[in-house]
Amino acid sequence: MNDVLDVALRLLVVFVVFLTFPLIVGQTEHKVMAHMQGRLGPMYAGGFHGWAQLVADGVKFAQKEDVVPAGADRRVFQLAPAVALLPYLLVLLAIPIGPSEGAVGQVIDAGVFFVLAVMGVGVLGSLMAGWASANKFSLLGGLRTAAQLLAYELPMLLAAASVAMAAGTVSLPGILDAFEWWWLPWQIVGAIVFFVAGLAELQRPPFDMPVADSEIIFGAYTEYTGLRFALFLLAEYAGIIVLCGLTTVLFLGGWHGPWGADGLGWVWTLLKTAVLAFIVIWLRVTYPRLREDQLQKLSWTLLVPLSLAQIALTGIVKVVIQ
Amino acid sequence: MTSAAATAHAVTLSAQGHGFLSPTGVEIAFLLVGLLTFGAALVTVTTRQLVHAALWLVVTLGGLAVEYLLLTAEFIAWVQVLIYVGSVVVLLLFGLMLTKAPIGRSPDADSGNRWAALTVAVAAAAALVWVVVDAFRTTWIDLDGAAAGSTEVTGASLFQNWVLPFEALSVLLLAALVGAIVLSRKAKAESSSPPVNSRAASGGSPSVPDSRNHPIEGTQPDGPQKPADPGAPAEQEGAR
Repeated sequence: MNDVLDVALRLLVVFVVFLTFPLIVGQTEHKVMAHMQGRLGPMYAGGFHGWAQLVADGVKFAQKEDVVPAGADRRVFQLAPAVALLPYLLVLLAIPIGPSEGAVGQVIDAGVFFVLAVMGVGVLGSLMAGWASANKFSLLGGLRTAAQLLAYELPMLLAAASVAMAAGTVSLPGILDAFEWWWLPWQIVGAIVFFVAGLAELQRPPFDMPVADSEIIFGAYTEYTGLRFALFLLAEYAGIIVLCGLTTVLFLGGWHGPWGADGLGWVWTLLKTAVLAFIVIWLRVTYPRLREDQLQKLSWTLLVPLSLAQIALTGIVKVVIQ
Repeated sequence: MTSAAATAHAVTLSAQGHGFLSPTGVEIAFLLVGLLTFGAALVTVTTRQLVHAALWLVVTLGGLAVEYLLLTAEFIAWVQVLIYVGSVVVLLLFGLMLTKAPIGRSPDADSGNRWAALTVAVAAAAALVWVVVDAFRTTWIDLDGAAAGSTEVTGASLFQNWVLPFEALSVLLLAALVGAIVLSRKAKAESSSPPVNSRAASGGSPSVPDSRNHPIEGTQPDGPQKPADPGAPAEQEGAR
């Protein structure tokens, strides 16, 4: 009975995190972008600095009519947002935030493979949406999504493999247990490759060619309205949380910090994740969108060789220190 | 589950204590998932809607991953999802999107070879089932002990006992990769570049020197879809 309660409690906590953290990132994005652009952003909803803006947005989305285009493939069209969103919930289960046994939703033996595999499934949602909408802009968005995923999945995997080699395990808590501070300079190239490839997989600016609003309206999500559209947006922000959390755990040492690693490990994890999320927002405001061919070129001619070099470096250092 | 699994011994050479009439929970789950996977596989090859076939393939491959999980082969299960669901199906869908792949049935999505295909499929399945049954007839997985299919065990056996096949496979894949590159380069040399250039001209954006290196650009189904001006601001106009 105690076990059941324990599992239920963990699932509940992960679910609450899944529902609230994306909203926090979204609100931060509103405010950070506004201040970087010399304006105030939402100021009225909720009273204090517009904190309830996203809640109001949510209510607005829930009120809107859920339209399915007449020519669309109904079932695939309606299923797509769930396929896009649920994988991130599953990934969140496997990310450890503290050193103790209880600080992770579920310890998974092959954690690195689990998170990368399940994150890859999320993109199927965009592809389903792009095809089932019966709209040529959606189709173009879906095509670009697929091309982008195929290009960036490889460097992301290779970068993660480098850390797994360094730690000698593919379990996420295991990697954190093996972490030393000097891994930071050692794995920095892999970290950057992982983060950039993850951004591209999330289709965040500057890699938002699949949803480029100035040319293909909103890519695969063009035909969506109401709650289903909101679910796609939620998937994007949940993706930011997952990507930043994973980068923290794999490359930045997760709960390791200069001090207070015993009781306050989870604070370090959250802090590092928040800083990375800030960088994600910062990049969106700073960089112009990469063109489709530049996107492909960046992955195949820069990120893949860099990640291979990182793997070679990891291997050499690993052999030398043994 | 653990109490049910407790009846399973270490890998034994006899089926004693494992009667087929009193299956454990895991065995029942295995059978049900297997039936689901089989059904999805049947729909995959019989449906007339091309993209639905690809999506049912996702269900099939996912079902197989669950079967691996139930057999304690966790590593293989995640790799199955990563490679097949995450990459192969995405590639399939990408290819389908480049074709017409209409919404609804494609009346011509049928092959005159269906009986030959059925014969080959049944023969292959029979051979595989026969080999597996013959090899593992009385072997049972011990669900209580250390996982027999964990990453560590899989890695150790792969790189201790099966290094040669592993390396041979990687050479085979490398050869396929090189072959694909050679074929695509040859095709490009034969096709003339004017279509790309005229498209770039009609698109009104500056010609990109290496845009023809990227097949995605050249094969988009709709008309001139030239990428945006590289200086376009990211979503928010006030970015600067």
